[in-house]
Amino acid sequence: MKIVTGNDLLSGDVTWWTGKGWSRYVADAVDAGADAEHIAHVEEAALRVNGPIVIDATMSDAGPIPTHIKDRIRAAGPTVRADLAIRPDFQIEKA
Amino acid sequence: MYKYDEYDQAIVDARVEEFRDQVNRRISGEMTEDQFKPLRLMNGLYLQLHAYMLRVAIPYGTLSGRQMHMLAHIARKYDKDYGHFTTRQNIQYNWIKLSDAPDILTELATVEMHAIQTSGNCIRNISSDQYAGAAADEIEDPRPYAELLRQWSTFHPEFSYLPRKFKIAVIAAEEDRAAMKLHDIGLQIVRNDAGETGFRVYVGGGMGRTPMIAPVIRDFLPKADFLSYMEACLRVYNRYGRRDNMYKARIKILVHEIGRDEYARQVEEEFLHTKTLGLDAPEAEFARIAALFASPAFETGLTDEIDRGDPDFAVWVDQQTVAHKAPGYAIVNISLKPTVGIPGDASSAQIDLMADLATEYSFDEMRVTHAQNIVLPHVKKADLYAVWQKLDAAGLATPNLDLIGDIIACPGLDYCALANARSIPLAQKIAARFADLGAQRDLGELKLKISGCINACGHHHAGHIGILGVDRKGEENYQLSFGGSAAEDTSLAKIVGPGFSEDGVVDAIETAVSVYKSLRSDGERFIDTYRRVGEAPFKKAIYE
Repeated sequence: MKIVTGNDLLSGDVTWWTGKGWSRYVADAVDAGADAEHIAHVEEAALRVNGPIVIDATMSDAGPIPTHIKDRIRAAGPTVRADLAIRPDFQIEKA
Repeated sequence: MYKYDEYDQAIVDARVEEFRDQVNRRISGEMTEDQFKPLRLMNGLYLQLHAYMLRVAIPYGTLSGRQMHMLAHIARKYDKDYGHFTTRQNIQYNWIKLSDAPDILTELATVEMHAIQTSGNCIRNISSDQYAGAAADEIEDPRPYAELLRQWSTFHPEFSYLPRKFKIAVIAAEEDRAAMKLHDIGLQIVRNDAGETGFRVYVGGGMGRTPMIAPVIRDFLPKADFLSYMEACLRVYNRYGRRDNMYKARIKILVHEIGRDEYARQVEEEFLHTKTLGLDAPEAEFARIAALFASPAFETGLTDEIDRGDPDFAVWVDQQTVAHKAPGYAIVNISLKPTVGIPGDASSAQIDLMADLATEYSFDEMRVTHAQNIVLPHVKKADLYAVWQKLDAAGLATPNLDLIGDIIACPGLDYCALANARSIPLAQKIAARFADLGAQRDLGELKLKISGCINACGHHHAGHIGILGVDRKGEENYQLSFGGSAAEDTSLAKIVGPGFSEDGVVDAIETAVSVYKSLRSDGERFIDTYRRVGEAPFKKAIYE
């Protein structure tokens, strides 16, 4: 699946395209399919996201899991500061 | 310490207001991210993996208590209550909001600080010896020259868009504590046969993708010609440095490709011109700057005796203090490497405490080291016990300076958008494996450095043991190398063999350390043994 992610313009927070807007949680991300690049372009132009990119992910029971470790860490937060994590339980290592 | 004059302050204040306007225009949509990005980078604001990151310049790593308190205040008010001290002697905040950035810079400006020259293809923040002005072995304090370079390079119209970033270090001792030969330009204050002091000039060093040790291009540069010679060095680079390929754009590539002799010849030719331009600082101006770095009023008649009755304190004194030029004083190294901590991180409370200690015990002065520790440069030996007690209570008294637990690690994939692998968890696993401080001391000096990508912010090329994190099919992998040094015996580490998983590299290091222990001669450090016996026994033990 293709999901869209970027950063919030003001806070810099990592955000994920939900089909209706942007969420801090990758679990809310949806498969943007063939529209992914278009969504990224439109949303960036509207200042609703900064630097959006389209990434690969696989669906799991807990929601989308980004394919690349860098994106999994973006979804989880720093792995060395559980107190600052968005999802401290997020699986960083490949299953 | 240097104090801003009205020009310094006006420049910084104007820059803050300019950036405030640029941020407002970005937020309103008048500027796209592509238009805004180079502007925010020129003010130290990056967009990293999780948020905006602000890198604040600490010129030559020197800070006052007031400035350090401001760094703590920013961590508390605008970030998540901590900061990360870097291998460039700077500090980074990892969770900055774009709309807060101008206010942060405004607050920094009130204590003569800024984030200029912490990014972009300009002359970056000048680095220096963290013991400058205190070391027993230095010819003179190198910081007035570093400050001169700061003033010369700030917004230099000719050098604000170089082919690539440019790093300069200045030292004044034979012992190199600033990785000087791994800078684009390294300047070492030396004394010639006539007893005059001047600079030995090294050009074309660096780490990153193509590590190189800078060759000497001039054995002795008179101080009077200092800036005009720097101007010539930069002009030749600016003219011929490659702009077609960012991976070949650093000055080390130019010096390597045309050769040290040809580069030096061109610099000398250009220097004939630049020294006629009146670029060098008038004596009176240099004297004004130098006076601001004059030694504090050290007390005389102090004892060098230290009451070593507390064994934990005695261990700390042995490991963390260094000889001072003034009798009765010591240089104190504060470890930001608690066992299984995050190298270089400090909470706002810890930053405040270090500021208070500097004010009370070290003539209101401290330094950031490229090894991501903090130095109190001028502490009376009679005060060491009190300082240690306060540090210990705050988790800042780990006695591991230059030991295997004193690991340099970049932020890595936990924070950095460029990284390929995590550095910090690996540093923590290694520190845990070697947690016994007595065993660490038995190993002696062993500098372990970890970078999460080829840009080498963790100085892995210069580690006695160096680790580079790479991306192997979307997963983390670690290359292990041995034999690097950033000291006066500068050398580049060599990869020992195929890479490892995170756990695998920890095991490999333990094996290498066992080989060292079995082969070392009396007084040999890890790197001495490695240089003497070569990589073969290490490689054999690790891979067979």
